[in-house]
Amino acid sequence: MVKITAAPHVRSGESTTRIMWSVVLSLLPVTGASIWFFGPSAVLVILAAVAGCLLTERLFGGRRNSISDGSAMITGLLLGLCLPAGFPLWMAFLGGVFGIGFGKIIFGGLGQNIFNPALLGRAFLQAAFPVAITTWPARAADWWALRGDNLALPFMSPASADAVTGATPLGNLKFGDDPVVTPLMELFLGNTGGSLGETSALLILLGGIYLAIRGHLNWHIPVSILVSVFAFSGLFYWLGLSPFSPLFMLFSGGLMLGAWYMATDMVTSPVTHAGCWVFGVSIGLLVVIIRIWGGLPEGVMYAILLMNALVPFINRATQPRKFGSKEPAAEKES
Amino acid sequence: MVSRRRLNLQLPSFKNGVHPPEHKDLTSGIPSRRLAFPDEIVLPLSQHIGRPAEALVKPGDRIERGDVIAQASGYVSSYVHATAAGTVKSIEHWPHPAGAMQPSVRIEVDPHSTQMQRPRLVPHWDEVPAEQLSDEISKAGIVGLGGAAFPSHVKLRPPEDQPVDVLMVNGCECEPYLTSDHRTMLERPEHVHLGIRIVLRALGISRAVIGIEANKPDAIEVMRDTSPDDLDITVQPLEVKYPQGAEKMLIKAVTGREVPSGKLPSAIGALVQNVATTASVAMVFETGQPLIERIMTVSGRGIRQPGNWVIPFGTKLSDVIAACGGFTEDASEIVFGGPMMGQSQASLDVPVLKATGGILVLSKDECKRQDILPCIRCGKCIDACPVFLNPQLMGALARVDRFEEMTGNNLSDCMLCGCCSYVCPSNIPLSQLFAMSKIQLSRLQAA
Repeated sequence: MVKITAAPHVRSGESTTRIMWSVVLSLLPVTGASIWFFGPSAVLVILAAVAGCLLTERLFGGRRNSISDGSAMITGLLLGLCLPAGFPLWMAFLGGVFGIGFGKIIFGGLGQNIFNPALLGRAFLQAAFPVAITTWPARAADWWALRGDNLALPFMSPASADAVTGATPLGNLKFGDDPVVTPLMELFLGNTGGSLGETSALLILLGGIYLAIRGHLNWHIPVSILVSVFAFSGLFYWLGLSPFSPLFMLFSGGLMLGAWYMATDMVTSPVTHAGCWVFGVSIGLLVVIIRIWGGLPEGVMYAILLMNALVPFINRATQPRKFGSKEPAAEKES
Repeated sequence: MVSRRRLNLQLPSFKNGVHPPEHKDLTSGIPSRRLAFPDEIVLPLSQHIGRPAEALVKPGDRIERGDVIAQASGYVSSYVHATAAGTVKSIEHWPHPAGAMQPSVRIEVDPHSTQMQRPRLVPHWDEVPAEQLSDEISKAGIVGLGGAAFPSHVKLRPPEDQPVDVLMVNGCECEPYLTSDHRTMLERPEHVHLGIRIVLRALGISRAVIGIEANKPDAIEVMRDTSPDDLDITVQPLEVKYPQGAEKMLIKAVTGREVPSGKLPSAIGALVQNVATTASVAMVFETGQPLIERIMTVSGRGIRQPGNWVIPFGTKLSDVIAACGGFTEDASEIVFGGPMMGQSQASLDVPVLKATGGILVLSKDECKRQDILPCIRCGKCIDACPVFLNPQLMGALARVDRFEEMTGNNLSDCMLCGCCSYVCPSNIPLSQLFAMSKIQLSRLQAA
């Protein structure tokens, strides 16, 4: 009967597993919306990415039963959500395998990785299949129709000639022959072109705020990113250097998904609040710079990956001030 | 709950810390009762921080309750008194709550004794010169009753260059479950105040602040109502937060000042004494009774009759458990002290000591443990650490035996309060790692 343990003998009851699965839970509305907008293609692409992640984690994850902690599930879900609807399934699967295998397990598994595994998987896909990953299907009249060549055979070029493609609001405004500003309301609700899960800012916000309230997400990161994007894009818009209005910047592209779900990955973000602000503001600035002057319409992925690499340095520079190492300012007066 | 939180916001406190469930209502309303004298008491010679006491008795000696049985063996050491009348059986190694076997005096309690103390001539505290008060306190075996058991007379003589100008009386009792300080304040407020008066006289100052967490409104009221008018005594309600009762946290909450790292509270002119300690100081001068017993909380879902008891030191755990109705079916762990910093007990033979403020029998549900997962760098430990360390980094270093690098990360500032372990979602035993690292590091430095 007697148990001998070291103090403390009570615990908060919080668990990493629960945090991970509540992140998955909070992504369900976004996932549902992607299915609503993009039909069965969304289901297939997400499932393929999740399968790639789970299978890799199961085969190579060091700990026994490491799938149950939920982290591989998050990676798969997030990867699926940042792919276009018409993406060939074998590529999505491969992205999942790469994300978990080279993004996480190669570093030593959960908690050891430097880069966000989902984003690393996507970066790999962007480099390997630049055409497929930027082919944005237009809304289909028939909800049941596949939105592209999902079922393309591995290593065969997708037969995309007959697919109807559209453009993302960002690409449209930046590279379009006849630049169109997508109405903000459509951006906010998600009725636009883009990757599966990035279109509805509203649902991402809801999920993110739910996580922040439960303490499963450090709100300093998304808030600092959004404030930074708003401020810098506002500055450049005001100076006439950018075609994007600050609000358009906030609600378009992958910014919401990136700010609330990718950058907040606990493993790859700084540990202190001060560090989170440095991290978030830098991501925001990079996003604005890439979007305005870069060769790509979207820069959230690279901005986050770049800052992921700097996290150890940010951590070192923003260590907490030890208690009693400096008298508080109020003290000096007395 | 909401009103408590709103109340909390306006109250002074420290930064960070945690809010474990209090579970104090199990015992806070139960007046203390006296535990029957057991058949045998076992008094370890080491019940305090510092050198173990030197035994003055030998097997066969007849002793009365309150007699000195061991004397201090140095400046940082303490006297030990017989807590019941009887015959010394032996001096031998006996299980000690701290884990190892320790030399202890075993006394067979005389069942026919009235357990009265020998009549003693007690000088009135007002007639004893201030500088001699700490000697009297030392001879009464008084140590800090908040948990650390640091000999009180040492504290009462702060370094010459660091004069103390305010006494902080610690009535926070921030550990969950424990209500012994709470009951002391409710039942013996005049002793707490008399003790404060004596300690103030020993220090030659006149100002004291009694810090009490806001979850004890009745104690705050009683202490306010009984405060003497001729001394500058403030009763300060504090936010309910663990570890509010840690010395540095209490001082920070009351004065807004941080005790410099590695320094004593006297560095900023403060001195902290626990309410139960001041009450026992009062007993020395009022009745001549040295420190031989105290109020202890027996609580947890694993014990049939939780309550507060006046227990003579040296009473064995098994006697206490029996007096409290025994274990429930799902009793799982016995802890001396609070659940955050207390020590797990492996034997029912261990005696309760001066520093034992509580005896907890936790049920399976209360001390449930989950699997340890890898650190995900969530930073919750950093947000919880009351002394602003980086437990995440220190834990990573400790796990790979890089103890020397941990000094650079301020291992010595860690007071092992357990906040980091408490919040860790991956259930990494951080404070245990730090406790081990401190031991390893002192071994390395000694070598």
